[in-house]
Order: sequence, then C-alpha cells, then structure tokens
Amino acid sequence: MSITARNANQLKGSVLFLMESVNLKVSNAPFVRSKDSIESVMYNVALALAPATAMSVYLFGMKALVLTVVSILSCIAFEWLMDKARKKPNSCFDGSALVTGLLLALNVPSNLPLWMVVTGAFIAIVASKHAFGGLGYNVFNPALVARVFLLISFPAAMTSWPVPFSVDMQTAASPLGILKTDGLDAALASFSIMDGFYGTMNGSLGETSFLALLAGAAWLWYKKYITMYIPLSLIGSVFLFTGLFYLIDPTTYASPTFHMVTGGLILGAFFMATDMVTSPLSVRGQLLFGLGCGLLTAVIRLWGGYPEGISFAILIMNSFVPLIDRWDLNDRKALQTKKPETP
Amino acid sequence: MKTFKTGGIHPPENKFTENIPIEEMPIPAELAISLNQHLGKPAKPLVKVGSEVKKGELIGAADGFISANVHASTSGKVKAVKPHPHPSGQYAMTVFITADGKDEWAERLNTDPMDWHGLSKEEIIGKIQNAGIVGMGGAGFPTSVKLSPPPDKQIDTIILNGAECEPFLTADHRLMLESAREIVEGLEIIASLFSGQAKAYIGIESNKKDAIGTLSQIASSKGIEVVSLKTKYPQGAEKQLINAITGRTIEQGELPFDKGCLVQNIGTAVAIYDAVSKNKPLIERIVTVSGLEIGKPKNIRAVIGTSFKDISRFCGDPKGNTNQIISGGPMMGKALFTLDVPVVKTTSGILFVNNTGIEKARERTCIRCGKCVDVCPQGLAPWLLANVAQLREFDEIQLLGLANCTECGSCTYVCPSRRELVHWIKYAKALVNNRQKRKSA
Repeated sequence: MSITARNANQLKGSVLFLMESVNLKVSNAPFVRSKDSIESVMYNVALALAPATAMSVYLFGMKALVLTVVSILSCIAFEWLMDKARKKPNSCFDGSALVTGLLLALNVPSNLPLWMVVTGAFIAIVASKHAFGGLGYNVFNPALVARVFLLISFPAAMTSWPVPFSVDMQTAASPLGILKTDGLDAALASFSIMDGFYGTMNGSLGETSFLALLAGAAWLWYKKYITMYIPLSLIGSVFLFTGLFYLIDPTTYASPTFHMVTGGLILGAFFMATDMVTSPLSVRGQLLFGLGCGLLTAVIRLWGGYPEGISFAILIMNSFVPLIDRWDLNDRKALQTKKPETP
Repeated sequence: MKTFKTGGIHPPENKFTENIPIEEMPIPAELAISLNQHLGKPAKPLVKVGSEVKKGELIGAADGFISANVHASTSGKVKAVKPHPHPSGQYAMTVFITADGKDEWAERLNTDPMDWHGLSKEEIIGKIQNAGIVGMGGAGFPTSVKLSPPPDKQIDTIILNGAECEPFLTADHRLMLESAREIVEGLEIIASLFSGQAKAYIGIESNKKDAIGTLSQIASSKGIEVVSLKTKYPQGAEKQLINAITGRTIEQGELPFDKGCLVQNIGTAVAIYDAVSKNKPLIERIVTVSGLEIGKPKNIRAVIGTSFKDISRFCGDPKGNTNQIISGGPMMGKALFTLDVPVVKTTSGILFVNNTGIEKARERTCIRCGKCVDVCPQGLAPWLLANVAQLREFDEIQLLGLANCTECGSCTYVCPSRRELVHWIKYAKALVNNRQKRKSA
C-alpha cells in the first residue's frame, strides 16, 4: 500500500486508490535489464586471468600461489578499510579488488617478499583508486601504479626473476633485461622464442606465457567485455616500430617476434590497457590510445633506461585519456548541434 | 534483411501471446474515458453528469490544432466528470459512463463499408479528425495533423510500422494476422492523400514471419512493399524505422516529413480504415495482456475506457507475487501505482511482472565500459548526458544532443552499473522544458 498512498497524496483532491491484493512498486523504465553487472565484468576478467595464473603456479611453484593469494586478500582488505573510512557501501566483493590483486600478483616476480606485495596492494587500492574516488574515478590503472611504485622503490627485488621449475629459487635476468644489459646475442642465447610462447622463461608471474594470456583474452573478447581496438593497435604498433629497426640493423635490434613474446606486452595489451575505467570510450580514441602505448613501449624498450616499458607507457597514456575523450566529445557536440541542411 | 545503422539491443522477446487470437473483451458496467489520450491539449468535455450518450457519440471536443476528439465507447449515462488516474502516471479529466447494456450506436456511425475512392482529400482528413484518431503506437500524436504536412514538404515514402520491437507486446502482430485486409486498405487511404506518388512500405520485424507472409500476399498486388526488418530494438522507433527502410537520417530539429517520410502505426491504419469507410470513431483497440504473473495472457480487443482492473479479472487475475504492473512495453512503458486506470488510445499492452531486484537495484558509479554509447541508436553518449543531468548543467546538456534522445531505454538496459541513464535524461528534458516555458512566459 505504501507506494499507492504516496503517489495518490501528491495528486489533487482525489480518493486514495487502494489495491486489494497487489502491492505495486513504481520504478523507472525500462523494466527489463541485461544480466551484465560490475560483478560479471570483473569476475569474467578474473576468470580470463585464470589460465595465466595457473601457468605461473606450474612454472614457479607454490610460492607463486601464496603470492597471488596474499595480493588478492590484501587488496580486498584495503578495499574494505577504505569503504569503511569513506563511509561508502561495501564494495569488497564487486570483483574489482580481486582483479587488481590478481593483476598486481601477475606483474611481480614470484620471489618478491610478501610485505612488498602488501605494500603494493596498499598503493593500488588506497593511493591510486580510493584516493581518486573509488572504482570508476581512478585516472591510472591501480595495479600498474603499484607495479611501478614497487619497481622504483625496490629495483633489485623487482628485477631478480626466478628461473622456472628451479627448486632452490635460482634467479636470473629476464630476456628483456639481458637484451638491455648484455646485448642481443646474449638475450637470444638465453631462451628460445617457443619458450616465450609457452612461458618457460624468466619473468613476472603473468608475463611469461603468451599462450595462456591469449586464451584468456580470447574469452574476454568472445564475451564482449573487451574490444580488440586497443590490443591490436598497441601490439601492432610495437610490432611495426621494432620491426622497422630490426630491418635497419638486425645485429643490434631484436626481432619483432622477440618483442611479442617477452616482457609484459601481451598481459599489458589485453588486460591492463583495456581497463574500462582508464581507457578512452570511442573507437578512434582507443586506437590512438593503443598506438601511443605501443610507441612508448617500443621507445622505452629500445632506448630507455628500463628493459620493459609497457607499464610506463600505459600509465603515461592513461593521463591522456581525458584529453582523448575531449576530442571525441567536441566532435560529438558539433555533430549534435549541427543545423539541418536546407536544400 | 534491413535494419537501422547505429546501436540497438536485443532483449529477450518473451512474445508469449503471439499465437493467441484476439479475444473480444465484454464491455464492463462502467467506463472511464479519459479526455487526455493524445499529445497536445486535452479535449473539452461536451457532456454533463446525467447526460445520456450513445455509442460513438462525441463526448470531448478537440481543443485547438494539436488535440483530438473523444467518443463514448458504449451507450449509457454519464455518472461523473472528474480527474482520474491515467496510465501515464498522472491524473486527467475523465468522463465516467455507466453502461446501459444496450450498446446502441449513435446515428450514421458504424455503417456498412463504403467505397472511399470518390472522397476528396479534405473529406478523408475530416473523417479521420472527427473520429479522434491518434498515433496508436504510443506517442498519441493526432493523425489528422500528421497526415497534413506543410504544402512545401513532398512526401515520397509512407511507412506502416509493424515492427513491434518491444518485448512481450503482440497486439500489432495479431492485428496484422487477423485484419490484414483492413490494414492494407488503411494504407491505401493514406497513400491516396499523397496522390499516389508516394511509395508505401510495411516494415515488420523478422520474428513475425507469418505476418510478413500474410501481408505480402495481399499487399504485393497493390504496389506495397513488405519489408522484413532485423529483430532488433528499437526497430519500431520512427527515426530508426525510416533509417532502416529508406537509409535516410532524421537530424536534430527535423521531422520525418523534412526527409519526405510519413510513418503510421498498424493499429492506426485499421482505425483510419474504420473511420473513412465505416464512419466508426476510434473507440476500441487491441491490448496485449501478458507478463509472467498474469493468470491467462491474452490479446484482447477492449473498448477505450475499460478499467485495467476489469481486464486483469478477465485475464485470470494477477498472481500473488506481482509487484509491478506496466502500461505499455517493458522498455518504454510506465509502472502503475494503481490498477484503477482506463485503457486509452495508446495503451498497447498491460504487463504483470515480478521485478524484484530490478526495481530496487542501487545505482553505482560508471565504470566507463562504453556499452551505452555502443547501443544508443541516436549516436549519443548516455553516460555523459546522465552525468551532466545530475550536475544540473542544462546549457551544456543541450549541446550534447539532449533533444535527440528518443528515450528508448537501450542505454539503461545494458548498463552494468545499473545506472538509470534514460531516467536522468528524461529528468533533464523535463527541467529544460520548464525553464524554456518560464523564459517565454
């Protein structure tokens, strides 16, 4: 009866209409909604990352699993704390903290001390997500901010990668690291391209297996949670840019295939650059965003001080997203306010 | 198969009643005939308490150019003239008639079908105007006005809208199967107003194969093309239908006749036929009564003014856990706060549903997934319009194409954050309108 009474009262001088048996709710059209929700988006991203996570446990052992669990749990804990502190509805289980935790774990070496992982989770959730207003308002990808923070704060721990299947946690540089410090021949000698394809090489948890990552990305694409504009323009521009220099001087520059399978390119292109919150909305904006990420990645890889550039590239391009969206917005305004042509 | 260019969604069709023939709903003992069943000014009441009326007698006269006549749906005595709830959610002046059970027609109405070919354009438009015909698809724009475009606009395309893209609704579908001849003849009457120069189409969504078949058989010999349209919402929205069939785009500030098009609903075509050839005013329509919570889903032919209460009783009463009753389709309909509202000329359906979960979902923040932009058939950015509406930046929002929104609700349907996007856009439209009214006053 409640709704009936409230609405009837607003109306002038009329009888109260009471329903005999039905208590009617008034809400806004449309009265059917798709089944998509923030949860379904986030849990599908987590599901898509499962093959890569499983692969990392297979390669690096229980240590990788522990690290992943700690990362996820600390992200969820910080999410809960921040919701409490900001007096917001509980968002621990909307899946976004889970995805951030998972991505953070996949972005670090498996022998990273756990307290560093927790620090990373703090940076991701508190400093780069809730400080901006929580899910939907963050400018930068939280997991990437945390990764870059850890890389700059703890460079040694963040660049000593365990060798796959090693019992005594033997560490070595990643192929990209070797390329930077010892040159192309040493890098090529350290692994085969097929290692990169299957993931049996040194690296962070999630950046090793090309195959597992592609399987997850294909799932997301099939379920329409990501489009291919950003990944294709990102990977394509890395391929073309590094390919150009490989053609100029194959003795100094690695082949584009080498760049495809090493480092975090695939993880970054399909799972980090495509983050809905921190990427442009329009197709051409996404293509431009991917192109920018790709060129910056290639430039940092070829001539930068760091062996890997994808995280820096995505973060830099993140900061351009409002500008890219403004480009689209201005055209939109021009289109919508266009006067009809008079024949 | 044709379709419109941008956006669109495909919600579950749920056309439970598509194979159920139209059933005559008996005229109830009391009718509540609203004087506001159309776009524009409400009709002026012509009857007083105690007046005797005959079926089809004029009881409300069109008040101004954009308005429409209202007729008594049965014979009886006027019991009251007072404000009464309307399916739009507001109150409207309503004439209550106590039926005398004789159902007697007023003189010279509902005659045997006559040959209309000899009538002049003015006579045909006059008959349509007198019969109080309005667009029966939902907007309720007076048809006589729509059929008289300014003389400098050349109409070369006439489209009958049989898309019925709203889930659940099957009223037009059944009408196409059961009254195909009347529909085609109604379309011929419309075409005759444009000296036969215009090409006539009937657009039907591909999920109504039987209707496409039935109408093609009758229409093809008369130069009318039946177009099979992709099953995609909002295929039946005027602008989208024109785009699908002719490829033309109606820009902001334009009306269909600016692009040489005229769109009429299936139900309207039958009403036009009835009015022109039988002198029958618009006093009844087909209503789909459906939803998971109604005892017996049906397509009914109900007289205007029949209470939703009587209809719900006629269709086996709502089940216990009904919590929403919707007038119209689930995408663009209105949730009612009472069942005590009458059928009006634009009531295409009544849905009894249990929407627990949807009706109380919390709006969450935009995660910028861009789905609303992808599905918007008008090429807008609904998330941005909603944000700007919430900030009450009403100058900015007009620059973003507020007036171009057709309120189809596709954006709200897909939003994973459950934002009430179309609601915020409607809110902004209402406030912008108010402000303009205040300025001009």
